Amino acid sequence: MSQAVLPIAQAAAPRERRAWSEAAAGWSLAGPAAALLFLLLLAPAAGVVILSLTDWQFGAADFNWVGTGNFQDLWRDAVFWKSFSNTLVYIGIVVPGSVLGGLATALLIESDPSLRRFYRAAFFLPVASTLIALAVVWQFMLHPTVGLVNQVWEFFGGTATDWLKNPRTALFTLCALGIWQMTGLAMVLFLAGLKSVPRELYDAAAVDGADSAFERFRRVTWPMLGPTTLFVLVITAIRSFQVFDTVHVLTKGGPNKATEVLMHTIYSEGFGFLRAGYACAITIVFLAVILALTLAQMRLARSRVHYA
Amino acid sequence: MTKRTHAGWAWFAARHAVLMMGAVMMLAPFVWMLLTSFKPPTEIFSRELHWLPQEWHAWENYRDAFTKVPLLRYLANGIAVCAAIFLLQVAINLPAAYAIAKLRFPGREGLFRLVLLGLLIPHQVIAIPLYIMLHKAGLLDSYAALVVPFAVSVFGIFLMRQFFLTVPDDLIHAARLDGCGEFEIVWRIMLPTAIPALTASGIFSFVWHWNDYFWPLLVIASPELATPPLGTVFFRNEEAGIHYGPLMAGTVVITAPLLAAFLAAQNRFIEGVTLSGVKG
Repeated sequence: MSQAVLPIAQAAAPRERRAWSEAAAGWSLAGPAAALLFLLLLAPAAGVVILSLTDWQFGAADFNWVGTGNFQDLWRDAVFWKSFSNTLVYIGIVVPGSVLGGLATALLIESDPSLRRFYRAAFFLPVASTLIALAVVWQFMLHPTVGLVNQVWEFFGGTATDWLKNPRTALFTLCALGIWQMTGLAMVLFLAGLKSVPRELYDAAAVDGADSAFERFRRVTWPMLGPTTLFVLVITAIRSFQVFDTVHVLTKGGPNKATEVLMHTIYSEGFGFLRAGYACAITIVFLAVILALTLAQMRLARSRVHYA
Repeated sequence: MTKRTHAGWAWFAARHAVLMMGAVMMLAPFVWMLLTSFKPPTEIFSRELHWLPQEWHAWENYRDAFTKVPLLRYLANGIAVCAAIFLLQVAINLPAAYAIAKLRFPGREGLFRLVLLGLLIPHQVIAIPLYIMLHKAGLLDSYAALVVPFAVSVFGIFLMRQFFLTVPDDLIHAARLDGCGEFEIVWRIMLPTAIPALTASGIFSFVWHWNDYFWPLLVIASPELATPPLGTVFFRNEEAGIHYGPLMAGTVVITAPLLAAFLAAQNRFIEGVTLSGVKG
């Protein structure tokens, strides 16, 4: 027995050494990233949870544990609910707007080769450019007296208004900017999805008598785009939920909280009123919604949509 | 090209009509920004609508934009910050991604789970604790505050790991037989093969941090440290709705670099920016 085992035992020793040196190499290569992930991601993430249970304020020397006190305050805070419902309205308009816009644009662009590149570039330009700079441009275009929007609006018989300061129009104006900015993103994702639809399916559908463009869309394109559509819905919902830049630059949540959205409330509670603990509690709510959206997408993607 | 029938021509016309209308709405702010940057104040504040400037005022507007605020400084800050972030990310993410994809070591699974967990957490969520940490370290209002929090990127590690999984093990075995250490393998063999993946994640990282407004807004107070978006808002606040000509000239200058990059390399750019959209 010993004779047979011996060579294997001898070979095992270098293999062990090899495994040990591979582990050492692995840790020295991944070590810096691991250390930074702990410092810059895990520790702050734990920090948000801990701070949300305190009444700590920026600059304060001391703090008290308040348990779920911040969350109870949130429940009774009219501004928080206004902000939450505004965010939902924003999502409710921007997601369908940009997803339908993106889908229609992608289908139209793909249906014919002429000017394809131009259209794709034109719709993608708002995604590719610096949003803050364009928000400043929009502010000028929405100027109540000399802005282009009102001049065109009046030309078509509308009544001029101060779009961003009128409480009835402010949130919808920001929604319109959101759609303007996000349609191109939905479009490129749909264009990529359309590329993966096999040509033969259209031929097969034609044999089955689907001759009109609408029938081809209903029987082949739409079902095949299922996974893409779900993905685009979640991506645009998450991005809309994070809306902050345009709000902060154009309305600061006003007039009278008409455009207060969740990220902006976190910002003004934390960095305006310095109530860090309270801001962290809102952040937890914010994170919970993002996680729910992501997990719902992962669950749905696994169970429902698998055509290919 | 196939001959078009009557119905074909109707579809052709309808497609262009709809897409052209959409394109006009998408491009309107860009065109209006450029045209306004050429106009004198009297025309900007006139109720009469003219597309083209009646009197050319471009030189004055752009001169004012460059002298009223340090526009070039903002652009230089943007380039410096984005470049620093990207170089740090390559130095830290690339070896980690290689190790996770190709080496066996205890804790590898845990580390990869941490990366996946990180993908679920938007950056705004950890902003307050990070801000406190930077405050304690005395780094607020400095370049370090703009760069250090992004030194490691879970998204970058994830992308590069996915890429390294597709690299055949034989390539690595051959390098080991030639006497290469793991560090050499990462930098002499993996880096060159990873250039396409690195380009996509580089564009992603550059565009993301170039356009980021939230984080610079929190940590930067000094105008001379402002990145392009923050600088734009400083400029806007200073102008207080009076000097739209120079302000629009400023936004033209601020948006020009990304637009030029986009028009120069559309496909690569769309790929990279779409990644950023996907990251959310």
